[in-house]
Order: sequence, then structure tokens, then C-alpha cells
Amino acid sequence: MRFLKSLLFSLAASTLLISGAYAQSASAAPDAMVRDLSNEVLNAIKADQALKSGDTGRVQKLVDEKVLPYTDFQKMTQLSVGPGWRNATPDQRAALTREFRTLLVRTYSGALSQVSDHKVELRPFRAQPTDTDVIVRTQVVASRGDPIQIDYRLEKTDAGWKIYDLNILGVWLVENYKSQFSSQVNAGGVDGLIKTLTERNKQLAQGKKA
Amino acid sequence: MLTSLLRNAIAPLSVLAAIILSGCATVPADSGNDPRDPIESFNRQVFEFNDVVDRALLKPIAEGYEYLPEPVRDCLGNAFSNFREPSNAVNNLLQGKPVEAASDTCRFVVNSTIGLLGCFDVARQIGLEKHNEDFGQTLGRWGADAGPYIVLPIFGASTVRDAIGALLVEAYLDPNFWIQDVAARNWIFGVRLVDQRAQLLQADDLISGAALDKYRFIRDGYLQRRRSLIYDGNPPPAADEVDGKPPVDSAPAADPGVKKELVPPQSATPAPK
Repeated sequence: MRFLKSLLFSLAASTLLISGAYAQSASAAPDAMVRDLSNEVLNAIKADQALKSGDTGRVQKLVDEKVLPYTDFQKMTQLSVGPGWRNATPDQRAALTREFRTLLVRTYSGALSQVSDHKVELRPFRAQPTDTDVIVRTQVVASRGDPIQIDYRLEKTDAGWKIYDLNILGVWLVENYKSQFSSQVNAGGVDGLIKTLTERNKQLAQGKKA
Repeated sequence: MLTSLLRNAIAPLSVLAAIILSGCATVPADSGNDPRDPIESFNRQVFEFNDVVDRALLKPIAEGYEYLPEPVRDCLGNAFSNFREPSNAVNNLLQGKPVEAASDTCRFVVNSTIGLLGCFDVARQIGLEKHNEDFGQTLGRWGADAGPYIVLPIFGASTVRDAIGALLVEAYLDPNFWIQDVAARNWIFGVRLVDQRAQLLQADDLISGAALDKYRFIRDGYLQRRRSLIYDGNPPPAADEVDGKPPVDSAPAADPGVKKELVPPQSATPAPK
């Protein structure tokens, strides 16, 4: 009986401990999360020749394993599509998110061959502990070339901080797609945009340039 | 006589051909609705023209330039970048940043001497960071509006403000401009253009893949980048995302990506079709 009691206690304690540890990682400071995540991805690229050569399958796998858990692609897509999102069905939303993600993975995987001795440094981070929407500023430095500014926009969710926009050299990704997306939606509806994205992805898969 | 006449005629003729070809620019239905780009359909034609010239001339030359050994290209790139330092210094001063201005001056002196006419960025090794400034940014810092977006022939993306800065002030702050030997001046200018183009070769493929509409991708990227540069990488949030939350559902469908801050209150009437 005494034994059972202590067993129960230790079970409860370890559960608490685990959930405590989980809560800790979920609410880890967003700047530390971004730094660790980007360095982890950079190291993975440096260590893997297939990734460096832009092998789409490998890049997709890396994104799914490392980046996806910390990213809200749906929100990224929603913001890029803008007003057209409101009238989109759940199926259309899923298709938009999937195709947009594929487009980004495909196009940016071509840039991975540029990775050499790059590492990520955090730039000054200003945020209140109560903030639920923050911008983490980083710069990627290498022995050659000027530092590259890359910033991330994150939202605090129940599952921890999630990246939903990124900024390269002063250009926000979402902002840069808004006008192109809404022009497509205005011309051919949400389905028109899905079609354009899908076709582009097919072209890129066949190694053709648009 | 005839051959030289022909030779002289070829350049203007090919320019003419490029202009005629560029008349085929496809223009989307919502063209010109964005208050930042009222002359979009005209800009698109210049954009197409630039593209034709680029594919026929500038890009092939830049691709050839890439065959130069890397140290040579690094040297040239650094030297051309060094030409920018007087402008960086003057503009930092005009923007009330004397420390940065002093640093830029030191960079210019150190790199032009110890760095062998800018070939080596020695100043960076001793901790003097580069700042990218120009008079367009200074005007922006002083509160000048960007004005309409314009695509310049050959030089590409710009705004009225940035073009004024480049033509009226930047040109004179560049040591390249003051080289007395006309042939040398033009050659350096030409190689510089090729060097800049070569640095964009990799971005080219990325943009071609990522952009649904290359014109708007570059336009919106340019406008964002310039805004960021004016605030040295830390621009205040745009007026339509004051709470850090862009208004997803509240933006009118006809005004994609419009920054409200750029619309003067009196121009609330719809853009002419």
C-alpha cells in the first residue's frame, strides 16, 4: 500500500515534470527558438551534400521535420491571399496552403548551394513578456560577403511560438505576395490562384523556368 | 563609310526593335489601381524593354564575367563598393549620424590606401561596418514621400524620389564621375554595371521561380527594401498593422497590398481606370 502510494506519487510527479518540461519548451523565448532552429537547419545543410545541391525531396523532408513544427504555413498563406481567403472553402484553403508551401520550398531550395560557413546571430530583441506577436531579428554572417538580415514574425499559440512571416533584407514575404495573389483572385477567383500555383509547381518540378 | 554608317545605325535600330517588342507587355486588369504605382502599364513596358536588353546583352556579358577568377571578381566588387563610401559618409551626415559618417570616411581612406584602391575590404577586418546610404534614403529620412514607382530604362526599379536622388546628387558623390579620362570613366562604369548584374544572376532563377508576376514581385520587393533601408533595417510598422496585426479581413479587395500611410487623405477617390 505504501509502495503503491509512492508509485502513484512518482508517476504523478514525473507526469508533472514532463508536462512542465513540455510547457517550458513550448513557451521558450521566441528569439532563442529562432536562433536554435536556424542554426540547426544550417548545420543540417552543411552536413548533407544532397541538401546543398537542392535535392527537393531532401529539402522537403528537412522542412517537414525541422521547420514545420515551428511554422504556421496556413496563417502565412491566409495573410498572403488577403480578402480572398474569407470566401475560400476549407478544401480551397488547404490546397492554397499546400501549393504555396511547395512553391516556397522548391524555389528556396535552389539557394541552399550558397550555404558555406554561415551562422546565425541574433540582433537586439525588444519584446515584453506579455507579447503574443513578436519580430525576431537575426543576421546570417559568413567569412565572405555582407551580413544578410533575416527577420521572423512569430505568434504565440497554445503549441508554442510559430513563425508566420519572414523578412529577407527588408522584404517581408507575405507583403511581397499580397498584390500578386489578389490580382490572381480578382481575375480567376480562388480556384484561379490555386491553378496558377499548381501549374507553377509542376513547371518547377520538371526543372523548367517560368 | 557605309559600314560605319551601318554600325552607327545598328545600336539605335536594336533599341527601336526592343521598344517595339516590349509593346507586347501583358498588363493585368487591376493595373494602376495601386496608388504607389499609378503608371503601372507604362512601367511594365519599360520593364519588358529592360528584360529584352538584359537577355540580349547584359545577362550574357555578366555570365561571361563569372568566368573571371573569384579573387579578381572580389577585388573589383570591393573596389566598386568603395566608390560608394563618399556618398555613404555624406548621406549619413545629412541624416544626423556623424559617427557612421566618420566610420564611412575611415573606411574610404583605409580601403583606398592600404586596401589598394578598394580591392580589399581591410576596414571590415578592423571592425568598420559598411552602411548603405544614398540621397534617396536621405530624402526619405527627411520625410519625403517615395512618389510614384518608376522603372528606369536599363537601371530598373526606382521611385520619383530615388531617381531624383540618384540623378541630382548621387552621381556627383561618386568618384567614378570625377575620372577625367572619358574612356576610362565609361569603361569603369560599364564593368561596374556588369559586376552588379553578375551579383544578381543567382537571384534571377529564384525570382523567376518564386514570382507569379515578376513585375510586381520586383516592384513590391523594391518598395519594401527601400523603406527598410531608410530606417536602417528597423522600419516602424506600416500604418495598417499598428497592433502588429495586419488587417486580413478588413482590407478592401480592390486595393491589394496598399499601405495606407502612402495615400494622402485627399486622394480617397478611386484611382482612374
